[in-house]
Amino acid sequence: MYAYSEFDKSFLASRNAQFRAQVERRIAGHLSEDEFKPLRLMNGVYLQLHAYMLRVAIPYGTLNSAQMEMLARLAEKYDKGYGHFTTRQNIQYNWPELRDIPDMLDDLERVNMHAIQTSGNTIRNVTADHFAGAAADEIADTRPVAELIRQWSTDHPEFQFLPRKFKVAVTGSPNDRAVTRAHDIGLRMVERDGTAGFEVIIGGGLGRTPMLGKVIADFVPREDLLPYLEAIVSVYNLLGRRDNKYKARIKITVHENGLEKIRALVEERFGAIKARFSGIDQQILKSIEASFAPPAFKKSDTAIFEESRAKDPVFRSWADTNLHPHKAEGYSIVTVSLKAHGATPGDASGAQMRVLADIAKRFGHDELRISHEQNVILPHVHQSHLPDVHGILKRHGLASANIGLISDIIACPGMDYCALATARSIPIAQQIATRFDDLKLEHDIGALKIKISGCINACGHHHVAHIGILGLDRAGQESYQITLGGDHTETAAIGERAGPGFSSAQIIPAIERLIAAYLEMRLSEDETFIQSYRRLGMAPFKAALYPEKAQENAA
Amino acid sequence: MPRSTHQFTPKVITANALLEGDVVYLTERDCWTRDLREAALLTDEADAELRLLQAEAQTGVVVGAYLAEMAAGTHGPEPVHFRERFRRNGPSNYLHGKQERI
Ligand code: HEM
Ligand code: SF4
Repeated sequence: MYAYSEFDKSFLASRNAQFRAQVERRIAGHLSEDEFKPLRLMNGVYLQLHAYMLRVAIPYGTLNSAQMEMLARLAEKYDKGYGHFTTRQNIQYNWPELRDIPDMLDDLERVNMHAIQTSGNTIRNVTADHFAGAAADEIADTRPVAELIRQWSTDHPEFQFLPRKFKVAVTGSPNDRAVTRAHDIGLRMVERDGTAGFEVIIGGGLGRTPMLGKVIADFVPREDLLPYLEAIVSVYNLLGRRDNKYKARIKITVHENGLEKIRALVEERFGAIKARFSGIDQQILKSIEASFAPPAFKKSDTAIFEESRAKDPVFRSWADTNLHPHKAEGYSIVTVSLKAHGATPGDASGAQMRVLADIAKRFGHDELRISHEQNVILPHVHQSHLPDVHGILKRHGLASANIGLISDIIACPGMDYCALATARSIPIAQQIATRFDDLKLEHDIGALKIKISGCINACGHHHVAHIGILGLDRAGQESYQITLGGDHTETAAIGERAGPGFSSAQIIPAIERLIAAYLEMRLSEDETFIQSYRRLGMAPFKAALYPEKAQENAA
Repeated sequence: MPRSTHQFTPKVITANALLEGDVVYLTERDCWTRDLREAALLTDEADAELRLLQAEAQTGVVVGAYLAEMAAGTHGPEPVHFRERFRRNGPSNYLHGKQERI
């Protein structure tokens, strides 16, 4: 795992000291809120509905146990005992007091963590496939490249005041688990003639104008990646609109100027700056790569895993749902669900974080990941340890066997916390999860992605959900709009609006009708919801959602 | 700004406390309370705007002061819009906003 260099350490220490002084000046009245706000945002501090919020970056979603323990400590010492993991592989603390935040940042610094560029019009936390370095299907671990991008983008003098926020995601696997096509820049590792490089995708984004990214270059060799990225961001920096914040993201720049023009400008800029990189970045990358060397995987018997699977149905259900194939023989990737039925998606208590840190230490080569789907991953667990791991998880409410199922919902904080929200999202997620758990239908329904956002900003990724739910304010009432057919994977798609919204009392029954229709129409148990939708189109699902309308039309 | 001809609906002045971020409301005596029932319900537009300016000037105490629509209830002002209801009550997923005290 990457450990901070002396340069990183002194940079962070001076940055934290600077922010501490700014907070003191704000409290003493020497800075107005207008002066202070951009400063706090540069350090990840928001003011939400009920309190301040501190957003801490978890670069490419990777943590070791000491870092997870520190996150637990912050939750208990400065918050109300929990933290919220988000779709951008960050953790948000919902209740810190302004005075305490500099102390929190100092605590984070001790474990090589920070909140820099988790907000503002900068290059944000670089996200990555949460299975990177472990998945059987990947070409290579992309985290060294993600770390290189983090170092390049952090405090990059040219890119502190971009037209708008800028998000980069990286995947090293043909199965895209990083939603690369919904990012300002998406990078997908591909191979050409036996060497790995990147397909570069630009102009994706969600929010009020959802767009899928377009391929600007189908193969950029690894050694050209940083100058190529620099070229893209500097073209955007000049061309991106600053007159209208809703048109400021690169997706609009690409849309308005056309991909061809942007590509030509990027190529030109790339040609001009490439020489400046002179291979230093590649030397840095080499040393970063060394710190991401795979752990020493052990070889031992896995019989106990098969035995437990055969005799314990609860373990089997969990193992069949929450495990993913690992590249090393005898190992599995464990996804720990933070979606216990009725709980807040993505929340973990300090105690749970400690348990996870402890499992990682004892059984997981000291590694943890946070997924954009708001779950925690133990990337390297030998199968002989799985029964023990499951037992511990069970005792701490962390053994829900629901990964990829209807209750594995992404939900943004919505109007329970967020000042921009137009409706709540958490209670809708809680109700869907408990309802289908009561019906005992979850495993029968099978693979399904529900994602909920509390406003048009789409932090909950609802556009790329099989069933997306968007909370709006309609004449002073919470109203929920459904989109269908979105897809967040390598076959990415933006969902289509099904029709008028539902009140908070109607939305759960509407989802139930939708699912009932799917169960009735699917060709077999093997046909997933999204496959049925693609085969049948919107009409029959719409009819299920709006039965009165369907009857009117028939009459 | 042109004077609008619409009827002014009752409002309270609300903001977040600078240090804790808590939701606060302005009382009759121009101090801040965390209890909406103690807030001053302002029914005169000119008075409301003047007091908002004064509240906004208290940058060392509160952040983001604004006028929020309320109705007169038996126990003081009552939110008209659900956003203000959530601000008063705290989040609905945990009982640790202010619901504990209500
Ligand atoms: C204080 C809370 C938050 C604020 C103020 C906020 C603000 C915003 C805004 C304004 C946008 C729209 C950007 C645009 O279209 O240009 C956005 C998009 C987004 N946010 Fe948030 N957000 C918050 C919390 C979160 C959380 C908790 C997550 C993760 C669960 C998140 C992840 C995202 C994602 C994935 C997008 C859409 C992708 C994109 O187009 O950028 N945000 N957010
Ligand atoms: S989608 Fe809207 S409500 Fe949800 S976190 Fe983002 S800004 Fe807040």
